[in-house]
Formats: sequence, C-alpha cells, structure tokens
Amino acid sequence: MTPINTLTSTAAPLPLPNIDTDQIIPKQFLKRIERTGYEDFLFYDWRYTFDDKGNTRPNPDFVLNKPEYKGAEILLAERNFGCGSSREHAAWAINQYGFLAVIAPSFADIFFSNAGKNGIILVRLTDAEVETLIQRSTANPQHKLTISLEDQTVTDPDGFHAHFDMDPFRKHCLLNGLDDIGLTLLHEDKLNAYESNHQKEFWLSPKSQTA
Amino acid sequence: MTASTPRTLFEKVWQQHVVTEPAGEPTILYIDLQLVHEVTSPQAFEGLRLANRPLRHPERHVATVDHNVPTTSVHDRLVIADQIADAQIKALRKNCADYGIELFDVQDAEQGIVHMIGPELGLTKPGMTIVCGDSHTSTHGAFGALAFGIGTSEVEHVMATQTLPQDKPKTFRITVDGELPTGVTAKDIILAIIGKIGTDGATGHVIEYAGSAIRALSMEGRMTICNMSIEAGARAGMIAPDATTFAYLKGRRFSPGTPPTNLNGRPDLNAAHNIGKTTDDFEAQWNLAVEQWSALVTDTNATFDRELHIDASTLAPSVTWGTSPGMVTTIDATVPSLADARSEADQKSFARAYEYMDLKPGTPIEAIKVDAVFLGSCTNGRIEDLRAAAKVVDGYHVATTVRAMVVPGSQAVKKQAEDEGLDRIFTSAGFEWREPGCSMCLGMNPDILSPGERCASTSNRNFEGRQGRGGRTHLLSPAMAAAAAITGHFTDIRTWKFRS
Repeated sequence: MTPINTLTSTAAPLPLPNIDTDQIIPKQFLKRIERTGYEDFLFYDWRYTFDDKGNTRPNPDFVLNKPEYKGAEILLAERNFGCGSSREHAAWAINQYGFLAVIAPSFADIFFSNAGKNGIILVRLTDAEVETLIQRSTANPQHKLTISLEDQTVTDPDGFHAHFDMDPFRKHCLLNGLDDIGLTLLHEDKLNAYESNHQKEFWLSPKSQTA
Repeated sequence: MTASTPRTLFEKVWQQHVVTEPAGEPTILYIDLQLVHEVTSPQAFEGLRLANRPLRHPERHVATVDHNVPTTSVHDRLVIADQIADAQIKALRKNCADYGIELFDVQDAEQGIVHMIGPELGLTKPGMTIVCGDSHTSTHGAFGALAFGIGTSEVEHVMATQTLPQDKPKTFRITVDGELPTGVTAKDIILAIIGKIGTDGATGHVIEYAGSAIRALSMEGRMTICNMSIEAGARAGMIAPDATTFAYLKGRRFSPGTPPTNLNGRPDLNAAHNIGKTTDDFEAQWNLAVEQWSALVTDTNATFDRELHIDASTLAPSVTWGTSPGMVTTIDATVPSLADARSEADQKSFARAYEYMDLKPGTPIEAIKVDAVFLGSCTNGRIEDLRAAAKVVDGYHVATTVRAMVVPGSQAVKKQAEDEGLDRIFTSAGFEWREPGCSMCLGMNPDILSPGERCASTSNRNFEGRQGRGGRTHLLSPAMAAAAAITGHFTDIRTWKFRS
C-alpha cells in the first residue's frame, strides 16, 4: 500500500445517493480470480450503452466519459455510497480506474473497510459541503480540490475549507501504508494465549466433536 | 466493566472474542468460523501465497460453491460452459486442497448456498463469531452468533490470523411484538423495517431483533430477518437463542453431542476422538453446550444505543416497487408519489426508479404484471419457504405470460422438498425445478433477466441490473411470489383461494 499525505486533483461528480456496489462493478466481472484489471468495468452499466446484439459503446452522457473529467482522482457522491454487496472488487475498480479518494456524506460499513484496505481515502463531509463541491465541479470540471490527510481538511482555491473526522488508527495506516495482517501478528503472543483457552470451548467451535 | 453490569447479547458475544485491545488501535476480535466460496476467496489465497503465510486454522474454515454454479442440470454443473466461472471454481478446489479446507463441492449432498449449509450442518452455533466474504453472512445471527460480511482483504486477514481488527459497533434493538396477521411472514417484517429506517438506517450498528413476534418465528423465519439486516445497512443482525434454536441444532452433523458418523452414516465410535465415549458422554456434551448458550440473552436493564418498536398486527404483505430495498410498500397500496419521498435526495432516487422500473406513481401494486418469478436465495430458499409457495401453487398453473423457477437453497432442501413431493407440485404447475445455488438472486451464473423483464423475486436486492442488466426486480415473500406466478400480476395472498 502506497502512503498518502495530500492529494490535489479535479473531481468527478456523481450526484446520486445509495450508489450500491452492484453499480460500481456488476457481477459478471466477479468471476475473475485476479486482483487487478477491473478499471474498465467500473460503473459498467452506466458507463456504456448496449445495443440488441450486446455490443457496447461509451455512454457520452456519463461523467467518466466526458473528456473534461479525465484524470480526476477524486469522486464526489451523495450519502450511503457503496451499500449492498461486500465485493472488494468495487474498491479495486475505483482504485485501478485512478480514483484515490471519494468524498460523500456517508459510506456503507463494508465498503468503508474495503476502501481502507486498498489505500483509498474516504472523506465524510456534511450534505451541504458535498453539495457545494458537486456544484463547483459540475460548473467547472477543471476545479481542483485538495485533501490533506495530515490536517484532515478539504480545501479549494475559492475559499472552501472543511474539516473531516477520521479514526486516528486508520489515518496512521494510510499515512504509513501499513499492512494490517502484519500489525495483527505483532500481537501473536496474546493470540496464542487466547486460543489456548478458547479452543476448549467446543460449543463455540465449528466442528464441536473434534474441538 | 463489572460482572454485574447488564449486557446485551451482542456485548456478551463480543467480549468473549476479544483477543486484545491495543491502545489506539481497533480491537482484535477472534473469529470462530470463516465460510468460503468461489467468488471472494481467490485473491485472498493469492495474497497468502505471495506473502508466504500459512492459513492458521483450516479446521475453522469450510468452503462450498454457490454463486457461479449453473442450476439447470447436474451435467451443466459438472461441465461448466462459462470458462471464466469454471476457472474460478477450479481455483477454489485447488486452494482448498492446498490449504486443507473442507470443501462441499458441486454435487456433494452438503452443497448449497454458503448461508444455508452453515446452519444445516450445525457449523453455525449460538455465541460464535462467523465471517464470510459475502454481505448476507448476517443470516447466521439468527442463532445468536455475531456474523458479518467482509471484503477479500479481510478474508485473507482471517485466513492468516483467525482474527479481525474491528471497531466496536453500536447497538440497536428492534422489538416486534404482537401477532402477525395471516399471510404476513418474516420477509414482510424485515421489508417493513427497511422501509421504515431506510437502507442506511442501521449503518454502524448491530441489530438485535426481539419481541413476541420474533420469538414466534421458526429458525427459517429468523434467518430471513437476519439475512436482510445488511439491507438496512447494519453490520449484523442477531436473535437470542432459545428452545426453537436448540431444537433446530440438536443432532445436526457438527453440533455438540452428535457422534461423528462413518461413511455409512452411522456413529463412528472408533474415530480417534470418540474412543471410550458412551451415549451418556454425548448427551452430556450437548447439555453443557445448551447451558452455555442459554446465557446468551440480553440482560434486563441492558441499554441499547437505539430502539425501535413495531406492532406486528399492523403489518401487511410487502412488495418493493423501486431500485432499493427501502423503496417498499404493501400489496394493497400504490406506487408512492414524489411527495412521499423523505428528502430531496430520495426524490431524485424515486424519479430515477420510476424510469428504470417503468412505473408511474399512483399505479396500484396489484395492477403490475410480472414476466418472471424467482423462488430461492439465502433469504428465502429454505424448506419452509418452498412449503409455503407450494401450498399456494397446488391445484393451479403458472400464467402463460410468466416463466417461473424454483431454486432450492441447498442440496438438503432440494432432497427434503422432493421427499415431501413439493417438486411435483411445482413442476406440474409449470415451474422449473432447479439444482441449488445463488442463481438469479445475483445472476452470476446463466440465470438472468433480459433487459426490461419484470421479476417477482424472493431474494434480497432490487438494485438496478442486479438480476441482469435492465431487469426489474420486485422483492416479496415466497407465498406472494407464488401467487404472482399463477395470476401473472402481484396478488394479495390474504385473499388467496387455496385448492390444496
């Protein structure tokens, strides 16, 4: 995981609430066994149009297909972003497409966790603040936002300044690009001690007879 | 916290699984069981390989194939035409063999949707922590387990450490008291709850379902409720174990007190861990387990971060009309108008949903015609669901305009239904009778809707394109889905003329 500190970029607005992970990446792309190569499938059903024969063409009305939003590393959306299925493919697709951050009023729990594991910065601002940013990026696709992880702020050249909350541990991991499994294994002595008692509790064991 | 502080069911299970609470870091929570399937595991196994890490507890992992498998015939499952799906299933076989995980493969008697087989085999038990790379893992909370869906990086984390770093969720008790009216089911309760609190109404919370209407439900009904907790945004849903829970678990293959069986299905008293044990020893093991599980109730005076009360007697059969499970109404109502939306953002979603669903506000739900009916999924693919639907169908025939299919949730449910003759009721009425799997709930296998097709579905999500690009999904109970298959439009089950 690459450490991140500040990010300055244009932002692509997707002004809808409850964008579920089925929209972020439809199921047919979940059959792959690789962790990479999902960028072309991000928002697939919205991003392409389909004719009767199943041929696809980029949908010119969809924000990601508008040339002026090419290269945007920040995605703007409304509340409850990433709800539904637990598929981490959604986080992979967002990241591999080139988004490093998503700004929204709220995120669904599992997506929130998945994004963190992939180094995506999720910024929770108020409804009104997100609305302002969506308006500015819609009016001017070249409008740039700056996210500072260190200061926990989002700013723009027009005087926008918002503070966001972030769990200190999560911030520490993002800033340092830390591996979660490695961190847990630092506590292996505690884990061994816990297990030596817990293994006897057969009523909490999947296969009770052999516990 | 002292021993006398009243605790919720969730807090008891949480505290029993705390490995350590490092300062300034999330709690490290022990995971008793990880269920594995083909779709969300390959990249996790790959991660272990790349980091050269062992899988810490293979015996706390159980795998099956469900999302991808064709349901059309045994042959189609053994020789899978979709090369990419086939490769994913083969990868699971290899990974399970390499890491020593028990796999219930496509034609094993134990195969089924991962959330069906955990309970059926007695792997799922009260008080356990259970995870799976699938959001509907919340199903297992029906037994008083803390069970939740996770992403693939977390799947790998559990494989490597048998733990997960977790921030403690908040608690939310939903009490459903009173008697359910005839024709109103567990599915209608949970859809009504989601309609009330919204699809992010329980984000960050673990829900405990309580009250006399929940107590009166079978384990099947309780699983339907907990299954859709995620559709309200909840981290998990739980129901305290009771006599109904224990009666369900007694004698299941991996339950305490069940003697392990040999290949003939008889108690294998020569197995290493059975030597010297008598029937009394097994009975004692079961009794001790029940004693432990019986403590898993919310103490009187324990407090929750949030509470909601629902009067079961006011509920009616539910049908979703839009593209989110929160866009739900009752069979005797009409498609809501923009004025019914709770916020400006919801109005925008409503407008988009009218267009996608090709519905106009004010249309009576009963006037909406369906093209397809799907009976199945980890929400409603259990024996009780198939019985309820068969009772409606018996003596009738599917409307000529409708294609209808039944996909039992597991091999065990399929066999049980066939033993009871339910398959013949369905097939003689014109339903297709399929092999078990996730099927049209998410359409990863060939079972999908065509663009514009409208489906009455017993599954859990009505998102755009969920059952196939351009497909239109309406969620409802099994009996209501069965009635719609017969009449060709949504039909109030409360006025159904049963012919059986």
